[in-house]
Amino acid sequence: MIPVLGLIGGILIGLFLQPEVPLWLQPYLPIAVIAALDAVFGAVRAVLDGIFNDKVFVVSFLANVVVAGFIVFLGDQLGVGAQLSTGVVVVLGVRIFSNVASIRRHLFRA
Amino acid sequence: MSDERPTPATPPDEAPRRGPWSSMFRMARPRATRANFFAAALALVLGFALATQVQQTQQQGLEQLREEELVRILDDVSQDAARLGNDARALEATRDRLLSGADTSAEALRAAQERLDTLGILAGTTPAKGPGIELTITDPEKKVTSALLLDALQELRDAGAEAVQIGDVRVVASTYFTDGPGGIEVSGKRVDSPYVIRAIGDSATMASAMDIPGGVNESVRRLGAVSTVEQRDTVDITALHSLEQPQYARPVPGQTGQGN
Repeated sequence: MIPVLGLIGGILIGLFLQPEVPLWLQPYLPIAVIAALDAVFGAVRAVLDGIFNDKVFVVSFLANVVVAGFIVFLGDQLGVGAQLSTGVVVVLGVRIFSNVASIRRHLFRA
Repeated sequence: MSDERPTPATPPDEAPRRGPWSSMFRMARPRATRANFFAAALALVLGFALATQVQQTQQQGLEQLREEELVRILDDVSQDAARLGNDARALEATRDRLLSGADTSAEALRAAQERLDTLGILAGTTPAKGPGIELTITDPEKKVTSALLLDALQELRDAGAEAVQIGDVRVVASTYFTDGPGGIEVSGKRVDSPYVIRAIGDSATMASAMDIPGGVNESVRRLGAVSTVEQRDTVDITALHSLEQPQYARPVPGQTGQGN
């Protein structure tokens, strides 16, 4: 409940403050957000699987964000930033989909 | 819930399976652990980043695009501009052609109409009006002959008459004069005294042509008839000559001149 409230609160803060994304962060923020979403959906799935662990969630969240950002950074350095970003988004999207499918099976048995 | 197991609270790995919804609710209960606090903080950051990124994307302009995307957009715009420029030039050319074509055809139509009017007056198929004279020869004793009328017509033509009508007969190139048993016939049509000859042209010139010594007026007077010449600003020539298709004569193609 508290993380959910945190999520909603964060969205509200973002909406009200309307901060400018600093230039150096701009390539990484979208990927980081998607990676974090992947971690969140993975956490929900873990809850339903009965294997949720707060610490695991925190670590996986941070690791996801950092790795995603690093991959994008690496891609930019190698000159394949756009392609690698797309690849990361695809992979994370697939993971999110499979997690959501698992959650759906748990919750709705379908 | 076939896999329900009546186990009490246990470590997360072996969480009790009392159904997915209840496990969700159980996890949602606020717990004052440090990890839960971290998770909440991370969720806060995630929501913040999410909202920020969404807004950033919505207000994203050209300045936030990568270099290759900018180059691609520039290429697209350049190609579009070139293509549209070509289109515009082609359409302008078409428009100019159509405009000049309209001018040309209007010009041709006007010229053709002018020519038709000229030929119509010459051929006597078109009514005509303009300044001219009206020559009236009153001849109660029927002394006037067709030759005199022919002379009068010739004098009028010499004086520049452009359209002539005798009685109600339009005078054209094929008009002829004969002396019939009952009187003068013009192109086979009987005309009686008083003979009214209307001619369009320079009225002063034609009037003086009638008055020259040995001319029409004098000849008429010698025959004991009376002729009067009236100069008018507007003479109406209403008699029409009906054209007949030439039976023998054929035009020679390609030798049409700007005939006068």
